[in-house]
Amino acid sequence: MNVALRGRLVGLALVAPLLLFLAGFFVWPLVTMMQGAVSDPIAARTLPTTARATANWDRQSPPTPEMKAALAHDLAALKQDQVVGDLTRRLNSAQSGFRTLMSRTMSAVREQGPDVDLSAVDKRWNDIKFWQPIAEAAASRYTDRYLLAALDMDRDAAGDIVTLPESQSANKAILARTFFVSGLVTLFCIVIGLPYAMLAVSVTGWLRGVLLAAVLLPLWTSLLVRTAAWFILLQDNGLINRGLMALGLIDRPLALIFNRTGVVIAMTHVLLPFMVLPIFSVLLAVPRNLMPAAASLGAPPLRAFWRVLLPLSVRGIVSGSLLVFMAAIGYYITPALIGGPTDQMISYVIAFYATGAANWGMAGALGVILLVATLLLYAVYQRLASDKAMGI
Amino acid sequence: MKRSTWMAATLIGAGLLAAGAAPASARDLTVVSWGGTYQDAQREIYFKPYAKLTGKPLLDESWDGGIGVVTAKVKAGSPNWDVVQVEAEELALGCADGLYEKIDWSKIGSKDGFLPSAVNECGVGAIVWSTALSYDADKLKDGPKSWKDFWDTKKFPGKRSLRKSAKYALEFALMADGVEPSKVYDVLATPAGVDRAFKKLDEIKSSIVWWESGAQPLQLLSSGEVVMAAAYNGRITGINKTEKKHFKVVWPGSIYAVDSWVILKGAENKDAGLDFIAFASKPENQVKLPQYVAYGLPVKAAAKMVPADQQADLPTAPENLAQAIPINVDFWVDNSEALTKRFNAWLAQ
Repeated sequence: MNVALRGRLVGLALVAPLLLFLAGFFVWPLVTMMQGAVSDPIAARTLPTTARATANWDRQSPPTPEMKAALAHDLAALKQDQVVGDLTRRLNSAQSGFRTLMSRTMSAVREQGPDVDLSAVDKRWNDIKFWQPIAEAAASRYTDRYLLAALDMDRDAAGDIVTLPESQSANKAILARTFFVSGLVTLFCIVIGLPYAMLAVSVTGWLRGVLLAAVLLPLWTSLLVRTAAWFILLQDNGLINRGLMALGLIDRPLALIFNRTGVVIAMTHVLLPFMVLPIFSVLLAVPRNLMPAAASLGAPPLRAFWRVLLPLSVRGIVSGSLLVFMAAIGYYITPALIGGPTDQMISYVIAFYATGAANWGMAGALGVILLVATLLLYAVYQRLASDKAMGI
Repeated sequence: MKRSTWMAATLIGAGLLAAGAAPASARDLTVVSWGGTYQDAQREIYFKPYAKLTGKPLLDESWDGGIGVVTAKVKAGSPNWDVVQVEAEELALGCADGLYEKIDWSKIGSKDGFLPSAVNECGVGAIVWSTALSYDADKLKDGPKSWKDFWDTKKFPGKRSLRKSAKYALEFALMADGVEPSKVYDVLATPAGVDRAFKKLDEIKSSIVWWESGAQPLQLLSSGEVVMAAAYNGRITGINKTEKKHFKVVWPGSIYAVDSWVILKGAENKDAGLDFIAFASKPENQVKLPQYVAYGLPVKAAAKMVPADQQADLPTAPENLAQAIPINVDFWVDNSEALTKRFNAWLAQ
């Protein structure tokens, strides 16, 4: 065998586990999720006759006997419960009521065969609002309804895109809130994390050990435990409020829990290690004689910090910010336990569709929107964080 | 040297593949329930005795519900759970979607021996439980009597807590707005009724702390964070016993439901699972439950054997049932997704 080729193959074999891992646990789920957001094959696959019968229907006039007969014929051909379930879930997600309608219709079809009169089974089959979703779903294997719904939009009966009022759908508002809270948490992490990391670098020996342990120990504690601890501290009869009242600083409890304040406090604490550690490791590499050198050249401490130490720690701040921000946008438990109803973030909505409603198309679409928004922000970060932009 | 590296890499690769492809060894019977004190009780009266009886280990896990969880497990093929306790809505959805094995009732016993709502082609009723208004009698001497009082922030100042779901919140809001309990679902079935419920919720929106897991309302009541809460009746009686609290349950206007045992489709231990369900449905086993948690028993013979002092705390006691309503499963199966979407949007405002 050619030596160079063999060398390359050895190299490939060594990274093969990594590649397999990436393909299996990163690329594949991501592609599946994005596909799930736009693919909608169930009705087109299970209702071929109905698709033909409704192809020329104007979606406004009453359903014709041919359409009903076609649907009964298609339903009679469905033998597997799980396929019927997928179809029902898809239709009920577009129009409430399909659950009971389909279960009644399926048992009638199975008892009386494909020639059953659907209008006699349930009078809802005379209502066009139950036929519009069928016609729409059966027409194509792909759909934009999930992506539209993720952005608070929908198609009306004529097929035009309409924006839903905020009282009906609030995904955009929740998405904006997710980025706002994450940004706020990142900011507070910088404000606390930078001085903390500088302090930890400036001391040595056991003191540094203690400072680092104070950051690391919470990191090794379960997120749920830390959140529950904040719950106990922040509540009206909690340690903080009772302490402040005992000191006479306040005469009635501060509202620290079930609101934005509590969420930001708890998330900042939980995510602080991801800010402190990168800054700490960057500062560790900074020669210790730079600040005295700046002072000897006549720079007052503040100026020396501003012109020397801060620019040198920017790299740590930027990577820390990225870590904190990215972790924060996926937060779910902390806002759910500490926050009020107006503090829920987008992962709460995604979790509802994934585990609560088994509507994976909707969960995938919201995931895609979140992914795209995050990638855009990442692109901005890349521009800002490039060496040239930082002036290094 | 090169050669040995090659060999090592190949071996590692082969090892990884073998580890991934090795057939899973036989799994022990796995039963999944709602966790907390309830599952502790089930462990004592069902899980441990059953494992002892059969001489085989029984694994128990807990979950928080959600039809998506069950769907994902079954669709992935060979689910890692066998028997699961589900709410009525998950029973109806999963049964229609073919996610559960059909129950062979000849192995369980006579259907007449169960409450009618506990008999299903895919499930066997396990408990009757209730979501009810509750308050701490140590803190409120003259407590609330109805959902009207729950909404009355003048008479009872302070925060109150509801489950963070359209289910229950909308029903309670309508009852507070003067709708007869028996008419609640008729009203809710109309768009105007839904608007009316949301409008009523608006009145106390700023005073509501929303909970998600069953232990939260009790903690909120204990700490005094809220003055009253909608909570699961079994947990209230439980905390009164274990922590010497005096939480009161307001039965009028409560909503009761049946939880059922199901067997996941394609589960490895489905026969053992059915046998376990039969064991848990024996009157002499089931009757032990109320001394731990105050849930009603769907097996009629077991319900009759419950001592009178425990009877009074059960949702199935006649005087407690009088002004309570059953959850309307059909309504929620149809409308859950649409109403939850609107509820989440309403919350976010």
